[in-house]
Amino acid sequence: MEHAPTHNARTLLSASFTSLSRKLCGTLLCATLMQAGLAFAETEELELEKEDLKFGFIKLTDMAPLAIAYENGYFEDEGLYVTLEAQANWKVLLDRVIDGQLDGAHMLAGQPLGATIGFGTQAHVVTAFSMDLNGNAITVSNDIWKEMKKHVPHKDGKPVHPIKADYLKPVVEKYKADGKPFNMGMVFPVSTHNYELRYWLAAGGIHPGYYAPHKDDTSGTIDADALLSVTPPPQMPATLEAGTIYGYCVGEPWNQQAVFKKIGVPVVTDYEIWKDNPEKVFGVSNKWAKENPNTHLAVVKALIRAAHWLDQDNNKNRPDAVKILSKPNYVGADYNVIANSMTGTFEYEKGDKRDVPDFNVFFRYFATYPYYSDAIWYLTQMRRWGQIAEPKSDNWYMDIAKKVYKPEIYLQAAELLIKEGKLKKSDFPFDSDGFRAPQTHFIDGITYDGRKPNDYLKKFNIGLKGDTVI
Amino acid sequence: MINSSIRFLELTGMNWLIPLVNLMAGRNPKAQITELFKVIGVPIAAFAIFLLLWSVAAKSIVTSLGNLPGPTQTWAQFESLVEEHRASREKEAAFYQRQKYRNEKRIAKGKEPKKIRAYTGAPTFFDQIFTSLYTVFFGFFIATAIAIPIGIICGLNTTIYTGLNPLIQIFRPVSPLAWLPIVTMVVSAVYTTDDPLVPKSFITSALTVTLCSLWPTLINTTVGVSSIDRDFINVCRVLQLNWINKIFKVVLPASLPMIFTGLRLSLGVGWMVLIAAEMLAQNPGLGKFVWDEFQNGSSNSLGRILVAVFVIGCIGFLLDRIMLTLQKSVSHDKTQDIR
Repeated sequence: MEHAPTHNARTLLSASFTSLSRKLCGTLLCATLMQAGLAFAETEELELEKEDLKFGFIKLTDMAPLAIAYENGYFEDEGLYVTLEAQANWKVLLDRVIDGQLDGAHMLAGQPLGATIGFGTQAHVVTAFSMDLNGNAITVSNDIWKEMKKHVPHKDGKPVHPIKADYLKPVVEKYKADGKPFNMGMVFPVSTHNYELRYWLAAGGIHPGYYAPHKDDTSGTIDADALLSVTPPPQMPATLEAGTIYGYCVGEPWNQQAVFKKIGVPVVTDYEIWKDNPEKVFGVSNKWAKENPNTHLAVVKALIRAAHWLDQDNNKNRPDAVKILSKPNYVGADYNVIANSMTGTFEYEKGDKRDVPDFNVFFRYFATYPYYSDAIWYLTQMRRWGQIAEPKSDNWYMDIAKKVYKPEIYLQAAELLIKEGKLKKSDFPFDSDGFRAPQTHFIDGITYDGRKPNDYLKKFNIGLKGDTVI
Repeated sequence: MINSSIRFLELTGMNWLIPLVNLMAGRNPKAQITELFKVIGVPIAAFAIFLLLWSVAAKSIVTSLGNLPGPTQTWAQFESLVEEHRASREKEAAFYQRQKYRNEKRIAKGKEPKKIRAYTGAPTFFDQIFTSLYTVFFGFFIATAIAIPIGIICGLNTTIYTGLNPLIQIFRPVSPLAWLPIVTMVVSAVYTTDDPLVPKSFITSALTVTLCSLWPTLINTTVGVSSIDRDFINVCRVLQLNWINKIFKVVLPASLPMIFTGLRLSLGVGWMVLIAAEMLAQNPGLGKFVWDEFQNGSSNSLGRILVAVFVIGCIGFLLDRIMLTLQKSVSHDKTQDIR
């Protein structure tokens, strides 16, 4: 047994050694039993409606809470037997959650919202757990970077960050003048990456194009200077290398892999576009949530513990987490590639490695709490780019956010964890009304207040607002 | 004893071992050694040259995932796959142990023990091999069960054959990848149970194999049955055999060699099709393993894919040898050289 469950056993055991008598564990057999015993020790048993669960994920580092909850035995502590399964792309993942083949999944924050309002697939999907903040970046191909770099201001021989799309504009204009389409990749029409890429481009005066679902135009390229199309995350580097796209916005490790493969240069992280932006959520269908309330609660409990472990003591567990993620059945990229971003640094141009301690945030800043204001930001961007074709009232934005985001379930899970002594009251925003204070850290300096979505939209030069309909 | 083992070797297609047996029996050592060199030495030399060329070529091909792996790197990946398999089995044992322990605690508290769950970890490379093997055989047996009866009917009745022939000719060359989306949709629509006996993905892969491996057996059976010596059929008439006896006593035995030729081709096609289907539909098996590794894009991925390539090849070869042995054992003309 001594080679047995690697991290899982080690971390659980090291935790248990402090609280339980070390002498007891003379033999290795005893160690295994303790590992099992610990799992059972303090957890209050919920009456679970369903114990065998299958969750889907996409090969991205921000699926970490799921992998950690599995490997560290947090799911088993709740009496859940979970199978984790990588999915081919975001559409397949969402469809399988809706038709019940998956009990839940690592989702783009825009997916439950998009599905609930009926952009793309129509189905009521909810979330009670935000999986992380930040974690994406925009990468351009080597050729584009060479052109772009001429316009980027330098200091001490290094480009000054954040790099704005203003410097990409001359390149795009040249392509346009030559009659060549400027193609870029993002991962899904309602993905964070789509909105971030659009935000960055539009802030630099490059029009990313409108959607017009009421005219059956879901290509999102009306009036576009840069043509955005969908590519599954793991295929981004290969598509860039093939020359089909000139740049992309995607989560890790697919930006760092472009650096390692020497095929592209990440120019800007989403942390610089919008500091501490909400990223993925754990989504389940509303039907599933209604039928399995206690199971849902147990899942959220396990995920909160996993997220907490990931950020614990100033990211000290991150190297262990990277080791788990680099296994072929999770993310599967090389340790070094994943470690680059997960352990607080980010490599832009080859050799230009900078500290970004908050590149991946899993628990700090109440990252896991499902804020209504986060939901409303995504809805504003759907409106801005025409995915929501008609004007909507501020109340409508609020209603949809409440229909999809379920902080009440989250807080219930938090209370149970506090009662079990696993986490502290101060780890959770119990007095929040669901809105973050107006956020200011956007690349274009515009302030976002989730209570006034229509006023927010009016602040943008490029984008639909007010009563405009395409 | 010597002769019987030689017959066995001939039957299983391991002719290259015959000189060795003869040598051990002391029959004309000099000639045997020359023969041995020819049948064993030459292939070994060829393989060595292949390894050499491979390792030289691999060094000069640089991909974005690093150099193309040579034989040594590939072997190292094989060893790491074995190691992963072993580690996974240990985790599995611990998983069951934890369940047992929890159940004991439940019983101690006077509660009902929970049912023991199957291991929830990811399948290893070797698990995937077995999944692929089950799938290909399942699909192949369905194909056989359909193809042989239809083949016999077509062989016996020229009208039916003329009717079905255009259909057979149209569907035969269709690639599995074209069938796959249709099979997937039909299976998800038709196969709906709350507690499925076998997973949907298994049915999808197996049916795709069926659709593509049907044709060689069907066509060969038809040809085999229709080319039975007229005298045999006439004998049936004279003896006034009913149709069951006619088929089982005369038609089948007479056309068995052709049927087995078809089956051997079918299994080969099925194995090739399966890997493609698994890759495209993300169904468990070796095809999915290859695709996952490609998606992972780690520096080990290419080596691991090469391991899979060799394993797929070796299994295909083994399956073919098994079918060849069967084919030879039912062949009427034992002197015929079947390859």
